[in-house]
Amino acid sequence: MATEVEIPKAMVMADFKGKVDPDWCPGCGDFGVLAAVQKALVELQIPKHEVATISGIGCSSNFPGFIDTYGMHTLHGRSLAVATGMKLANHAMTVLVTGGDGDGFGIGGNHFMHTMRRNVDLLYLVMDNQIYGLTTGQTSPTSRLGMKTKSMPFGNIENPINPISIALAAGATFVARGFSADQKHLTELIKRGIEHKGFSFIDVFSPCVTYNHDNTFQWFRPRVKKLEDNPEYDPTDWGAAMEKSLMWGDEIPIGRFFERTDLPTLHAADPVLNAGPLVKQDNRIPPAMARSFIDELM
Amino acid sequence: MRQSFTVGIGGAAGQGVATPGDIFAKIFSRRGLHLNAYNAYQSIIRGGHTFLTIRTGPDKISNTGDRIDLLIALNQDTMDRHLGLLSAGGACIYNSELITPGAPAAGVQLCPIPVSKLADITRNKVAQNTLAIGAALSMMGVGFAALESVLAEQFRKKEQSVIDENVSLARAGYDYASQNFKPFAWPLPMAETRYAVLSGNAAMAMGGAAAGVKFYSAYPMSPSTGVLHWMAEHGRKANIMVRQVEDEIGVINMAIGAAHAGVRAMCATSGGGFALMSEALGLSAQAEIPIVVIDCQRAGPSTGVPTKTEQGDLWQMLGAAFGDYPRVIAAPLDIGDCFTLIPEIFNIADRFQCPGIVLCDLLLSEGRLSVDPKLLDFYPEIDRGELISFNGSGEHEPYKRYKITESGVSPRVIPGVPGHTHTVSSDEHDEDGVLISDEYTNTVKRRAMMEKRMRKVDGIEASVPPPQFQGSPDAEVTLIGWGSTYGVIDEACELLRDTGISVNHLPIRWLVPLHGDAILDLLRGARHTIIVENNYSGQFARYLRSETSFVADGHIRKYDGEPFMPHHIVEAVQDQLAGRTKLSVPAHEIMV
Repeated sequence: MATEVEIPKAMVMADFKGKVDPDWCPGCGDFGVLAAVQKALVELQIPKHEVATISGIGCSSNFPGFIDTYGMHTLHGRSLAVATGMKLANHAMTVLVTGGDGDGFGIGGNHFMHTMRRNVDLLYLVMDNQIYGLTTGQTSPTSRLGMKTKSMPFGNIENPINPISIALAAGATFVARGFSADQKHLTELIKRGIEHKGFSFIDVFSPCVTYNHDNTFQWFRPRVKKLEDNPEYDPTDWGAAMEKSLMWGDEIPIGRFFERTDLPTLHAADPVLNAGPLVKQDNRIPPAMARSFIDELM
Repeated sequence: MRQSFTVGIGGAAGQGVATPGDIFAKIFSRRGLHLNAYNAYQSIIRGGHTFLTIRTGPDKISNTGDRIDLLIALNQDTMDRHLGLLSAGGACIYNSELITPGAPAAGVQLCPIPVSKLADITRNKVAQNTLAIGAALSMMGVGFAALESVLAEQFRKKEQSVIDENVSLARAGYDYASQNFKPFAWPLPMAETRYAVLSGNAAMAMGGAAAGVKFYSAYPMSPSTGVLHWMAEHGRKANIMVRQVEDEIGVINMAIGAAHAGVRAMCATSGGGFALMSEALGLSAQAEIPIVVIDCQRAGPSTGVPTKTEQGDLWQMLGAAFGDYPRVIAAPLDIGDCFTLIPEIFNIADRFQCPGIVLCDLLLSEGRLSVDPKLLDFYPEIDRGELISFNGSGEHEPYKRYKITESGVSPRVIPGVPGHTHTVSSDEHDEDGVLISDEYTNTVKRRAMMEKRMRKVDGIEASVPPPQFQGSPDAEVTLIGWGSTYGVIDEACELLRDTGISVNHLPIRWLVPLHGDAILDLLRGARHTIIVENNYSGQFARYLRSETSFVADGHIRKYDGEPFMPHHIVEAVQDQLAGRTKLSVPAHEIMV
């Protein structure tokens, strides 16, 4: 049989269009994130069957259904654990993890920390709207002090967490922040995050137009300042990144805070994967090894 | 009655009870003898009380039995607690310089060893242990050469001087006993056969390797940790990815991720860890991603008694995760079965794309059994079910991950295969994987998907055999047990038959599917049924009743943390046949 060389067709935006249209509220910040991810995949020309998009539960976690890749819509807070298993079993896949601030920093907080220290080669995009949306507006781990919500009607009395500082402290090797209204900038961050070998974290301001009336597009627009616009800023300097991560108020930095490339990813560190992706390895052990396992018991 | 010999070794944790245990186990198995060992211990690293029982003999040894022939007391506590277990013909070896003997029963030989006269105790703190091993083997009629070679092996990672020192200590103990103590009436026999000696945890881990498990994740939790230890030690050699995860929620979700990527994934825990896993068990069922979870039961509820055995997790397994979904639950009958069951349950989980649960317990997980190495088959049948893999994905209809089929099974695809992209989800979905939970709720589709998944139950039931009686179907008494009680009930049946009571045994290995109708057919003719289980409320009795309306005539239950001994069951059956009670709760006489 003659072998025909298949010339791959270039990927276009339409290739990544999901089976259904997003059911987010009109004006939701998540539309911008979805478009930026699709654009980044097109620009990187990654075939859609080599991409897995894995989410937890929440408005933004409906993401995998709106993009045509291999998708997994898992449990609330568990996307990173599932994605780690997926990546380790087939590290040839590009694995994207999407979700919200409640999913990732609240119920999934433990996995967030440990996935970062393991340097699993994933891109983790958090659509951070500082509120619980799908449960109709309760305080989230990133809601500001004093913010009034249905669960804290007299104002939030708990300090919000700082996802960027936490990511830096936990050892994430790529830490960035984006703004869903700045498509071009976000697309570049996503491309860089996908290409980074190791755990890439992008916290994306993705305003909730229905339940968060404090942190709106209008509120963010004059405040966000790109780190890339500052020629002095060195994203390999962890201390400088930590310092920048603490800035909040009239000026809020976005962009690539930190990146280091000298640490091995988890899949590269485990010699079990020297023989290639786990899913393509033989599932039988050689007879001599089987005998040696039994001999140990004799 | 089967001939057997039982050694009990007691001391504080950290005093070195395990090493003599390993040495005896090796010597017995290399003589071609069967053995069964159980270590009763406490959740303490140094101190407390540990009591290891090893029973050996030429026939299969299904449990640690009713009596001790030789007691090795490494401390006063052991002497005080256990001397009373010895009856005529038994013997107790102890360090006469540290331990004051109690008053033994008539015919029990006290064997004091003057340790400092035979060894330099300033240099070797466990000299008494090695002396005692030497003395014991002399009294059992075992030649010294066997001990010498096992000692050399035991200390092979140490310097030659350590081996020499231990051999000479053992020799001193051996010779001292030959001169001063009376040998046992029954010298240990020898046979040509050779057995592997292993724990249930090692067996389940090896069973996983045989089943083609490529991904194993766990969080340390007694008594399941031995599975992790075997996997961690052998995983790199066998190309099995082994991960210790931050918590059991992460453990099962990671396993599900790996399973979805296309490999066989397994994890093990105990009741508390399993409780954390239950939500994700539902994910495995709903997204139709097969995984196998091992639950090594320990005494609960909550932290409970971490180092003690129980069969108290059955209803947790039956009810784990909300909603209705197909699942498989099996309880291995002995340590050999811990190996065999894993490939079997993986084949069912893969074929029906649902979670499989192995319901083991501390007795099997941490016990040791001699197993015919031929039973440890690393090449069992592997059936991955309907799985679209990297080869053979040419022209095809538009792929529907949750295609509605008669069997309820929809072909699964390994992510990475071109032309089959789709989303799996924990939300209810249609055939395409599109959510019907949010915008597109649809009662017709929801019903169809629920029925599709639940149709798999019939296929699962057809894939496992119904349980069967062991012994005559028209016996006077039927003993019903599940999982790890298999061995002790089997011996109790033999003992009862010796007393003239005809008895049969219905061991349950598959809990889901149960084959309730087949069980009812069997039990319809039974004359006096008694359910034996290691828990307080009769969890299996209640399950059997809920599935079949069958109510047993009596119950034997134990929930003190220790396993049944054969005589517990024998005496309880006698009591119940005499009409003295319908619920027997035997007291455990070995205080540990």
